Amino acid sequence: MQSETLSGGFTEPAIQSAHAFRSIMNAMARPGTIEQLDSAEPPAPLSKAAGTLLLTLCDTDTPLYLAGDVDCDAVRAWLAFHTGAPLVGPGHCMFAVGSWDALMPLNAYPVGSSEYPDRSATLIVESSELGDGMTLRGPGIQDTHSLSLPETAAFQVNRAMFPLGLDFIFTCGDRLAALPRSTEVV
Amino acid sequence: MTHDTEYNFAYLDEQTKRMIRRAILKGLAVPGYQVPFASREMPMPYGWGTGGVQVSAAVLMPQDTFKVIDQGADDTTNAVSIRSFFQRTAGVRTTTATSDASVIQTRHRIPEERLTEDQILVYQVPIPEPLRFLEPRESETRKMHSLEEYGLMHVKLYEDISRHGHIATSYAYPVKVEERYVMDPSPIPKFDNPKLGNMPAIQLFGAGREQRIYALPPYTSVISLDFEDHPFEASKADHPCGLCGAIDSYLDEVITDDQGGRLFVCSDTDYCENRRNAGHKGKDAA
Repeated sequence: MQSETLSGGFTEPAIQSAHAFRSIMNAMARPGTIEQLDSAEPPAPLSKAAGTLLLTLCDTDTPLYLAGDVDCDAVRAWLAFHTGAPLVGPGHCMFAVGSWDALMPLNAYPVGSSEYPDRSATLIVESSELGDGMTLRGPGIQDTHSLSLPETAAFQVNRAMFPLGLDFIFTCGDRLAALPRSTEVV
Repeated sequence: MTHDTEYNFAYLDEQTKRMIRRAILKGLAVPGYQVPFASREMPMPYGWGTGGVQVSAAVLMPQDTFKVIDQGADDTTNAVSIRSFFQRTAGVRTTTATSDASVIQTRHRIPEERLTEDQILVYQVPIPEPLRFLEPRESETRKMHSLEEYGLMHVKLYEDISRHGHIATSYAYPVKVEERYVMDPSPIPKFDNPKLGNMPAIQLFGAGREQRIYALPPYTSVISLDFEDHPFEASKADHPCGLCGAIDSYLDEVITDDQGGRLFVCSDTDYCENRRNAGHKGKDAA
């Protein structure tokens, strides 16, 4: 086992995950707001933000799908040691991580049922940039907000399914922003 | 009271907090929808705010300043014990001042003072299902929510009108969130309903016995159900506060003797205290 596998987790799990969750919750409650998330040191190619998020929210109860590059031995071993999350395909996951292209197609993921819309996947999209871009509107946003997105149409289709749908968290280095299904991309 | 380090930070174990945190995120993504969660047994009986306490435990950070109100008051048994619970288990600072608090746990009131974007309001909820007293079966109410079949709720409000001439529901007044889910705002007086919508703070609702968490992100549209010819009206006792003279705050009626004497006072003790400190005086102030 590589020493990289054992290191890079939280040194104070209760405190660091409390901080990380507040950032994640703020991002989800205020779509488009960029938050800092850097308490974990995951192996490449996983970003600090994505690594911290996975340590904060995932455990043996949360099936996880690794898409594309992040599905490598180093990441698998690190997540197995620190979270114990079972790795599954896109159809059964609660969380999925990967680049936008690697995560496609979106219709492979659970979007919840009309009686249980919460039983849907959260997609963690590793992005090369995070900043201003598309105009967002909806709950959590006073007037409008702006966020760079890989495309527009997919999010409009997702919004149209509300209350079903996928929730997205975009990670870039040590920063993150969220786009829940309730947000309208103009 | 000192921070008790025998317990994990904020009492709950990490796996439980992760489960609650995931439920909160789904709740924020689908505003007004009740997310089921595996509520834990807490060191207090159901009905004393176990849902609110679990949500608070999942969101608190060591730097937070925590306030607890029970019907607006900081000094009732429930508020005092929950405040000292988190002082002990999370080592957080506590306060009674609304503007100093970063996390406010509340039972049945929204503070009078407008909350800010830096605050989180956590509600204790006894019965999260607004349709429960109209339809006791969970399988049916769940179907009604999924089909957006809320006619029964309007029938209930209509029956109020036919019986009393006006909508007599005065607390736990049902609201519609983002034109989709009908939600129980917890038993807050309907006077507080207009504050639910367009609120800058994040609002989280926890029902421990009923095992549900739901949420309102900031600036969410929240409409109290009504009829065109019987519009929603936020009501309060038609008096000024006896202690601070406020005419815009929600009042409690206090019986003072057996001769029919009574006193109306602000239910929000912090608001009333601030006004009295600022020199405002009501007719019953000593």
